[in-house]
Amino acid sequence: MPAVLLALTVLPLLGVVLSLLPGRWIAPAVSVTIGVACLGLTLTLVPAAAHGPVVLGFLRADAISVVFELGTAFLYATAAVYSVGYLRGEHERADFSRYSGLFWVGLNLFAWSMLCAPLMNGLALLWIAVEITTVVSALLVALDGTRGSAEAAWKYVLIASAGLGIALLATIVMDYAGASVLGPSFDLAFTPLLHAGTALPHPAVQLAFVLAVVGFGTKVGLFPVHTWLPDAHSEAPTPVSAMLSGALLAVSFYAVLRYYQIAATTLGSGFPRGVLLVFGMLSLLLAALYLVEQGNLKRLLAYSSVEHMGILAIGVSFGAPIAFTGVLLHVLAHAAAKSNAFFGAGVLVRAYGTKEIGRIRGGLDRLPWTAPLFLCAILALSAMPPFGLFRSEFQIVAGGLASARYVPAAAMVALVTLAFLGLSMATTRMLFVPRPGGPGAATAPRGEPSAWMVAPMVVGVLALLVLGLHPPDALAALIARGAAELGGAL
Amino acid sequence: MASLIAGVAEPPSSFAGLTTALAVLMLVIEFGMLQATLLRAQIRLYAAQSVVISVLAVVVAFARDVPELYGLAAFSVLLKVVAVPLVMFRLLRRTNQEIAGSRALGVASMVLLAVAVAAFGFFASARFQLGSPVLPAAALAVPVAVILVSFVLMIVRRDVASQAIGFFALENGVSLASLVVAAGLPLILEVAFLFDLLVAVVVFGVLIRVHHEQSESLSTEALTELRG
Repeated sequence: MPAVLLALTVLPLLGVVLSLLPGRWIAPAVSVTIGVACLGLTLTLVPAAAHGPVVLGFLRADAISVVFELGTAFLYATAAVYSVGYLRGEHERADFSRYSGLFWVGLNLFAWSMLCAPLMNGLALLWIAVEITTVVSALLVALDGTRGSAEAAWKYVLIASAGLGIALLATIVMDYAGASVLGPSFDLAFTPLLHAGTALPHPAVQLAFVLAVVGFGTKVGLFPVHTWLPDAHSEAPTPVSAMLSGALLAVSFYAVLRYYQIAATTLGSGFPRGVLLVFGMLSLLLAALYLVEQGNLKRLLAYSSVEHMGILAIGVSFGAPIAFTGVLLHVLAHAAAKSNAFFGAGVLVRAYGTKEIGRIRGGLDRLPWTAPLFLCAILALSAMPPFGLFRSEFQIVAGGLASARYVPAAAMVALVTLAFLGLSMATTRMLFVPRPGGPGAATAPRGEPSAWMVAPMVVGVLALLVLGLHPPDALAALIARGAAELGGAL
Repeated sequence: MASLIAGVAEPPSSFAGLTTALAVLMLVIEFGMLQATLLRAQIRLYAAQSVVISVLAVVVAFARDVPELYGLAAFSVLLKVVAVPLVMFRLLRRTNQEIAGSRALGVASMVLLAVAVAAFGFFASARFQLGSPVLPAAALAVPVAVILVSFVLMIVRRDVASQAIGFFALENGVSLASLVVAAGLPLILEVAFLFDLLVAVVVFGVLIRVHHEQSESLSTEALTELRG
């Protein structure tokens, strides 16, 4: 089983190397194969991690890591398949061969860095992995070479890097805290930190936790340090937007969770929960307000990501075991739903040649597959049954009620409903309102741009149904174990 | 460890004095960046700050016997004193050198604001009592002040070059923190953060190239396409 960890950190790198080979079909074929292989490998980790951590050198996978790893691997596989169709639409670019070459190398490298992050056994390595995700994804955001993408990449690099600087400060302070108890040879590994527990100096751990929430929170997209997020998500190539939203934000949240574990063991859970509740609520509020009357399709989905990251933070702040279960399930369901929504949005943008919601009309008539699948994704994001996010948000709210956080739980339900209003108004306009008549209106053909772009969406909706109706026993055991780890079990 | 702790009881050693002096020098240089009127001056100030942090790395390497830090010092001289400033000069060769107009505030209020922010950082971090064993209690305070002032720099100067320099100065501040608080921190962290610097320079290059076709302006006022 430890060999799987090694394979997960090596295979995507192999994909990077093979993507450099000349030949039009090598890079897509290699990326799809390796993406699917990584998903399969992660699935084999599920039963093992449900019984206890799998460790190999500086790689370590416990139940929490495997949940995040699973979401990331799912995104890697589906985004790779989707990209095959996406790049066919970029053929008219003058620099197509350079563009597609860079795209595939970047995609594999990005997936590699995100697959490594949850497997790192230690805060230093975790920070480095998150740092590499920033470096690679910033270049991917800039890939289109337009004014908009350059502006988005610049804001992303500056804000996310400044955030990571703060996160590095958190790492430094935690190193100081650990070294003062565990001696100078301490290397920031998780297990000794968790075992040291209350012996760690409290002010240092408090400082490190707040710095980590602000620092890594920048990459999670928590208010008020979310400002790069809508820009980067709207200007990146669509498969990259999906990976940013479904996997990168979650991986950054994973880093926050690790600091939460340490802070909760050392300080008791009151302080870290309070911090997360404030950040989560503000993010949810801001996102819900921006979702109403948003004019740009990809920005709409980006603000929906801010909303869901806020829900994750709130879920952790509730602290009841059922809320932790909901949080971990939410990570997986959000990965599937948000990637589906971005994939669908990418097809809509391609078919209509615009990201403006006001200029996309009559989607159901024009896109026989994408439109219903996109609708499913939006309903899933709004936590409608029978999809996975209904189950997870239900559990989070139940956790809030169980731990007597009545006001935050009620506020969360109200804000999620407001967000649903915004998402559903925009979607209704795009899909159901018929196209205005006039010259040229009838010429648009009915049909899908590419089957490669539809297939991952079908898989995503199936995954959402499975998560919502009846999660497999092995997965339920994994999530239960992860929730126990978050609750303080070692 | 015992010998390290014994150092606290003694009056500040020459090592502590030297490192504190260098750290404060970095802060002073950063105040210079706040009001620099020419791009070249801005980049030179950054190079000077990077020289100071590299010297500090050598001092710490010598005093605390961490030989890897010599390597870090050499690498940071190469990258931060030579490579990054050269690339920045090259990228900005064809643009207007005058950036005095990019200040959102007057010089006096800007410096006052920075002083207030730095003082806040200084006293707030002192409350956490994170003195490193061989350094005075102000060990974390000066780096925190450097980091906060670099945020002020990024916010009050409305040109992309100053924003970039502000971020680079932030990186210097975090390096300073890691040197004085946790010299034993795995070096790879420092090196990984330097990669961020490189990517920032690359994206900066893309930005300048894309915008150069439309205008000569370096002002962030031009970066308002994405909002809402």
